[in-house]
Amino acid sequence: MATDNDSGKPKALAIPKEGYFALQQGRYGPTYPRTPACHGFTIIAKIKPGTEEEIRAYGTRIEKTIEANPHALAPLQLHYLRWVLFDIGSDKYFMYQGIFDTDFDKYTEDAIELFKATGVNTIFEKLEGFPTDWKTSAPAFIKFVREHQCPSFLEYGEYPYVSAGEIKKALALKQAFSSMLDHMQ
Amino acid sequence: MAAQLDLGDIQHFLLARTPALAARYEFLSFESVAAGRAWLAGLVPKVGTGQSVGTASPDARWVTIAFTCNGLRSLGVDDAALATFPEEFRHGMAARAEILGIVGDSGPDRWFGDLASPALHAIVILFARDAGERDRCERQHREYLSTLAGVDVLSALNLEALPPFDGVAREHFGYRDRLSQPVIAGTGEQPTPGSGSPVKAGEFFLGYEDESGAPPPLPRPELLSRNGSYLAYLRMEEHVGAFRAFLRRQSETRDQQELLAAKLMGRWRSGAPLVLSPDKDDPALGGDLQRTNDFLYKEADPHGYRCPIGAHIRRMNPRDTAENMQRRKMIRRGGTYGPALPEGAPDDGVERGIAAFIGCSSLIRQFEFAMNVWVNDPTFKDLDNERDPIVGNHDDPFDMTIPKRPIRKRLRGLPAFTTIRGGAYLFLPGIRALRFLASGNAEQLS
Ligand code: HEM
Repeated sequence: MATDNDSGKPKALAIPKEGYFALQQGRYGPTYPRTPACHGFTIIAKIKPGTEEEIRAYGTRIEKTIEANPHALAPLQLHYLRWVLFDIGSDKYFMYQGIFDTDFDKYTEDAIELFKATGVNTIFEKLEGFPTDWKTSAPAFIKFVREHQCPSFLEYGEYPYVSAGEIKKALALKQAFSSMLDHMQ
Repeated sequence: MAAQLDLGDIQHFLLARTPALAARYEFLSFESVAAGRAWLAGLVPKVGTGQSVGTASPDARWVTIAFTCNGLRSLGVDDAALATFPEEFRHGMAARAEILGIVGDSGPDRWFGDLASPALHAIVILFARDAGERDRCERQHREYLSTLAGVDVLSALNLEALPPFDGVAREHFGYRDRLSQPVIAGTGEQPTPGSGSPVKAGEFFLGYEDESGAPPPLPRPELLSRNGSYLAYLRMEEHVGAFRAFLRRQSETRDQQELLAAKLMGRWRSGAPLVLSPDKDDPALGGDLQRTNDFLYKEADPHGYRCPIGAHIRRMNPRDTAENMQRRKMIRRGGTYGPALPEGAPDDGVERGIAAFIGCSSLIRQFEFAMNVWVNDPTFKDLDNERDPIVGNHDDPFDMTIPKRPIRKRLRGLPAFTTIRGGAYLFLPGIRALRFLASGNAEQLS
């Protein structure tokens, strides 16, 4: 699909119910389009009763992991992660929203390896219906993710279609430029 | 402790490269369970194992047998057992073609030799020391088939090494091939410098610990799956005339042509890697197995000034610039078919190319990942609108960036240098499994 590469012009994109415009098969299922807000997923699943505190505590653990190793999540090509716990009736749900630069079908196995390495799996294991054999069966893990993925019906980008790499390059350039100006004074 | 490789049971195919100068692949269909079993029973004793085939072996020919999912069914494996095999294998390459980028001119509807047909059951791969031995074995197999009823040869392909037969494997574009391959842990083989640490056997053979640290679950019955592997077969036509014309069009001098050819591949035609020899060819380096793989990308060439990010070998093995590389390794086997096109001769329209097998323990994680992401993802590693210049699908125009100072060179709308003419997913069973398939009866084996 052609993309509008004018990153200075805000853009919104309405997405059909399926989550894609034309069915394009990836290895594990349909692939989703790149939108003005990049690629991403929103996974929503019910948590097992009584596990809320453990899940929350995990936020601190990830904070520490990134402090110690700022590039720990680099393979995911992320922009942002948002983790939310919320109620529906008396049940507690977990939402994992990730914005990144590649369709998640492509690097899913790498993501699973990373989840194991950083222990993100401990959260997944608190979700109802999560496969017990996920460590040896990437397809089972991926099936769970796909079954709980809720595609967006609208995505918006104030600076559309810009990759994290491009943003970081622009920031590095800005920094270099401003330090040059400092030296010129 | 990882279990020792059962070399007496594993077919030799992925374990050892044989000194073959000719080959023949026959694609077979069984009209009945009995016909398939009878054929197989007579052939099993000819199949080489990891034990029987070494480089010092006096053999003059090497036989390998593999089956499609329909082939296993045609030999009496029931649906409940087949359901425990991975989905991608059960569906077959033709059904997964879109995922692989094998569409348009390369699409299964245009394949040769009935390979997309559900009637394709088995392939028998014959490697031979020379064409004479290959032809002798072909006659022998034909005679054998004439004694049986109900086994049909859907198609066949003869392969021959390309001249000048100096012990160097080349493909039709003129590149030296077979320079890098993974070393399997437990074989005792030592990786050459730069080839990375040995890869756990479970990445290639079922029933062994893989790089995840555990043996993956075995399809049932275990007797059938243990010591087996999966193969992806590809018959890839190489458009040599178009390739050479492209090099000429884009270059003013012969040296520039050679440099451009090197930029597409990541190695000079001699095999010398661009990372180690960026400006001029170094044939001695190319052929020196102690040096020709002794390089990485991250520190030596982060931006691709030496070897472009999108060059074939940098995509197919990004070395230290990709995650979990030990889980993406593949073993390549195969050879060239069709006559060499003499230098300077116009394209004669004759089909020539590479017919190869990619061996692994997970088609979806190893082979399909390579095709889907490394070969055909237009945004691989932040590139924009590029695919593998050699094997990517180029029905639509894709580009190639050659990083260069002061400004990069962007080749627009690369022509297709290759077209896929056939393919299949196959299961390569161990010897006990072959006997089980031939007898249909587990008890008979003990
Ligand atoms: C007509 C199509 C192709 C041609 C002409 C071709 C040619 C070559 C050549 C000349 C090399 C360098 C020699 C070496 O490193 O051993 C190479 C490397 C390689 N190719 Fe291909 N190839 C083709 C298709 C494929 C396909 C379909 C795959 C896998 C899906 C593949 C996977 C690899 C790998 C893994 C390497 C080794 C890279 C490394 O370790 O640095 N190739 N190829």
